[in-house]
Amino acid sequence: MKQLFYQRIGESVYRETLPNGLEICVVPRSGFAKKYAFFATRYGGMDTRFCLEGQWLDTPAGIAHYLEHKMFDTEEGNALQDLATNGAEPNAFTANAMTGYYFDSTEHFEENLKILLSFVSIPYFTEESVAKEQGIIAQEIRMIEDNPDWQIYTRMMKCLYSKSPVRTSIAGTVESISHITAETLYQCHKAFYTPSNMILVVVGDVEPGHIVDLARDILPKEGGPTIPRDYGEEPMEICEKESSIQMEVSSPQFLTGFKCRPAKNGEEYLRMAAIGDIACDILLGDSSPLYLRLYDEGLINTSFGGSFEMMPGVAYLYAGGDSKDSRRVVREICQEARRLVEEGIDEDFYQRVKRAAFGSNLRGLNSFENVAVSLTEGYFHGYDPFRFPQVFDDITKQDISDFLRDNIIPERSVFSEILPKE
Amino acid sequence: MEVIRKQLAEGVNLTYLRARKFKTSLLSAQFVVPLRKETASANALLCAVLRRGTVTFPDMGSMAAHLDRLYGASIDYTVRKKGENQCIGFVASLIDDSFAPGGEKLLEPVAALLGELICDPATERGRFVPGYFESEKNNLLDAIRSLINDKRDYADRRLVQELCAGEPYAISRLGSEGMAEKLQPKKLYNQYRDLISTSRLELFYSGSADLKRVESALQSAFAGLPRKVIREGAAVKPHVGRQEVHYVEDAMDVTQGKLGMGFSCTSTDHTALLMGNTLFGGSSNSKLFLNVREKLSLCYYASSIYHRQKGLITVSSGIEFENYQRAYDEIMAQLCAVQQGKLEDWELQGARSTLLNAYMSMGDSQGKLENFYLGQAAIGLDETPESLAEEVRTLKPQRIYEAMETVKLDTVYFLKGKEGAE
Repeated sequence: MKQLFYQRIGESVYRETLPNGLEICVVPRSGFAKKYAFFATRYGGMDTRFCLEGQWLDTPAGIAHYLEHKMFDTEEGNALQDLATNGAEPNAFTANAMTGYYFDSTEHFEENLKILLSFVSIPYFTEESVAKEQGIIAQEIRMIEDNPDWQIYTRMMKCLYSKSPVRTSIAGTVESISHITAETLYQCHKAFYTPSNMILVVVGDVEPGHIVDLARDILPKEGGPTIPRDYGEEPMEICEKESSIQMEVSSPQFLTGFKCRPAKNGEEYLRMAAIGDIACDILLGDSSPLYLRLYDEGLINTSFGGSFEMMPGVAYLYAGGDSKDSRRVVREICQEARRLVEEGIDEDFYQRVKRAAFGSNLRGLNSFENVAVSLTEGYFHGYDPFRFPQVFDDITKQDISDFLRDNIIPERSVFSEILPKE
Repeated sequence: MEVIRKQLAEGVNLTYLRARKFKTSLLSAQFVVPLRKETASANALLCAVLRRGTVTFPDMGSMAAHLDRLYGASIDYTVRKKGENQCIGFVASLIDDSFAPGGEKLLEPVAALLGELICDPATERGRFVPGYFESEKNNLLDAIRSLINDKRDYADRRLVQELCAGEPYAISRLGSEGMAEKLQPKKLYNQYRDLISTSRLELFYSGSADLKRVESALQSAFAGLPRKVIREGAAVKPHVGRQEVHYVEDAMDVTQGKLGMGFSCTSTDHTALLMGNTLFGGSSNSKLFLNVREKLSLCYYASSIYHRQKGLITVSSGIEFENYQRAYDEIMAQLCAVQQGKLEDWELQGARSTLLNAYMSMGDSQGKLENFYLGQAAIGLDETPESLAEEVRTLKPQRIYEAMETVKLDTVYFLKGKEGAE
C-alpha cells in the first residue's frame, strides 16, 4: 500500500487500487475507540439517463435513492439487523452524484465491514419487497415536502437549471417512484455498483493491510465498464428568475442563487471549491462588512448564511435566511460584489478570512464522516482533498475578485421565497 | 479516560478531560439555573445580547475579526434544557496550538474572550447597548415563532408541553413568545447581574493543554466574576401519570400527519428503562422501526426517546392522516411485546451493543463529551460513560420487563391536516 503524509494537518493516508478497480483509502486514527467505514458509488440522484450494454435507459426520478433503501435487504433478511446486533448502526445517504453506505463501531469492526461490503455488492429484490418500500419512501417524500428549507432550496435549483438533472429532487416524487420495479433496480445496480465505480474509506485505529485483504476476498473480481451518462446541455443562462410559494411558516424566508461556471476535474476542482468558499465568506460571511451592516439594520439575523457548491457540470453560490425585505438583501449582495471588484478587497480582511477558512477546514477533519466524504469526492473528481493547505497558499485576492466579477451578477441570479400562509 | 473535576472558585467548577487526538480544543462556560417560565426567555436573550460585544471588542465586527485571526475560532452561545434546568453560556472551539501555522498560543486568548463575554459586556449608561437589546429581542421572538416551521420538532415539543402541562419540563428552552415580548432592558440587566453573581458556573475543557495551563487561563479569564451566595439548580420532580389518557389534536396545512405518544413510567430502574426504550423504539433495530416502518410501511420514521430525569418515554412518527388508528394500535402492540418479554436474543444483544457503542465512542467527540458532562453536572450526578456502560453490560433481561411493565400511556398528540386542504 502507498502511504502519504500530510505534515501541515497531521494526517496520513494509505491508498491502494485493487485489480477490480476499487479504490481503498485508510486513514489511521490512533486513540479513537470508534472505527468508521464508508463505501460509496459514483451514482446519485442526477444519474437517471445512462447507457447500459449499448442501450440508453431513462429511469424514474428518485431511483438511486430507492435503490439505497432496498440495498439493505439480503436473501437471509436484512443487513441492518446483522449490523445492529454487533452494535453498529448503519446508515446511508443519496446525494446528487454519490450514494454512500456507512457505519461506525467500537467492536467487531472487521466482521461488520464484511457485512457492509457484501450487502452493498449483492442485490436482492423481489417485486413484493420493492412494492412494500413505496409506502415508506412516500412518507419520506411527504415529510420533506412539508419542510420549508427543502422547498425553498429545490425551487431555487429549478430556477437556476433548465436541463441538468440537479433540478429534480433526489428522492423523486410519490408519482415518479411508483414506476420503479425490481428489474430497473437490478439494472441500476449492475451499471453503477461495480468495484471500478466505487471507493471504500476506513477511518480509525485499524490495520490497513487487513482492510485491503478483506475487500479483495469479498468483492467481485471483475470491475465493470465505464457507463456513459447524459446530464443534458446546460446553458449558462438561468432558467427562471424567481419562485414564490406560501407555507405554514412564521416569517418570510428566501434564498438567492448565482449560477457559476463549473470547474474541470483534477486539482482545479479543489482550487475552485476553495475560491468559491473564500469568495462567499468575503462577500457575505459573518465577519464581512455586508453581513455586519445588514445585521445591524435588522435586515438579516443569525439564520442568514451562504455556501458555494459544485457537482458534475454544475456550480452555484447561494445565500439566504429569514428577512423582512429579502429583495433588498439580494440587491445589496450584488452591489457588494461589484464594490469589491471595483474597489478591491481589503488586504487585512482577506488575510484573516483565509486564516479562518484554514481553521475551519482543519476542524472538519475531526469528523470521520467528513474525512470519508471528502476523500470520496476527491477521488470522484480527481483531486486530493488533504492538499488544501497548499491550494490555499496559491489562491490570491485576484482569484477572488475574478470569481465575484464573473459570477455574482444580477443576470445570473435567481430568487426563491416562502411567504407565511395568510 | 480520566476526568478531573475541580472547584476553581465559589460555585465555579471545571471539568477537565485531556485528549491529544483531536485537531481542536473545546472550551465551554455554562450557567446552570432552574428552568422557570418567568426567566427562561430572559436567560435565552441574555446569551444573545452578551454575544454582541464586550468592552474590548464592542461590536460584532471587531469580535469576528479577532476570531478570524485566531484561525477561525468559534464562540457560540447555547441555551439548553437539562432535566428541569436551563443551561446558558458559550461554547468555544479552537484549533489545537500544534496546528497553528505561526506557532501561536490560542487557548489563552480564547479563554480571555470567553471570560470577557460573561464578565465585561459592552454597556451604555449601566445597561446593555439599546440597539443590541432590541435587535436580539426581535431575533429571539423570530426564533420562538419559527419553531412551527419544522413540523416534526414542533409536534415533539407540543407532545411534551401537553404531557407535562404545569411542570417546568413543559417549558421550552427559549421560553414563550408572551414572556419574550415583555422583556425590558433594565430588568434584563438586573437579571444578568443576578445570574453571574448567584448561579453555578460549569467550565469544561477538552484538548491537549495540561491542567495547570487550562486552570490558569480560566482563573485569569474569570477573575472578575462576582460571587455571592450560590443558588443551586433544580432537582427534577418526576412526572405523575394521568389516570385517564389525555388526547390532543392540532390542525395545520400539512401533507403529513404527526402522531406523538407520551408514556409515564413509575419504575426508577433507569438502566432497565433505557434498554427497554432502545428495544421499543430507540434504534433502527427496534420494534417500532421493524414493525411500524418495515413491516407495515406506515411511516418513514417512528422512534422513541427515554427522558430519564422525568421518567417518561415519548414516541414520534410521521404518517398519512388516515393511518392514525393503525399506527396507534401497532405502537401499543409493540410496547406490549416489550413488556411481555417477546424478544429474540438478537434484539437484546443488538440493543445492548447499540448502547455500549454509544457510550464507548463518546470519548471520540468533544461536543458529545461536553454535553454529557454538563448534563451530569446540572443534575448533580457523577456517572461516566464507562460506568453507565458497565451497568448496561450486566443488566439482566428480567429487570427490563419489570421496569417496562410500569410504562403507561398518558398523552396522545396528533397533528392533522386542515379540512378541505389537499
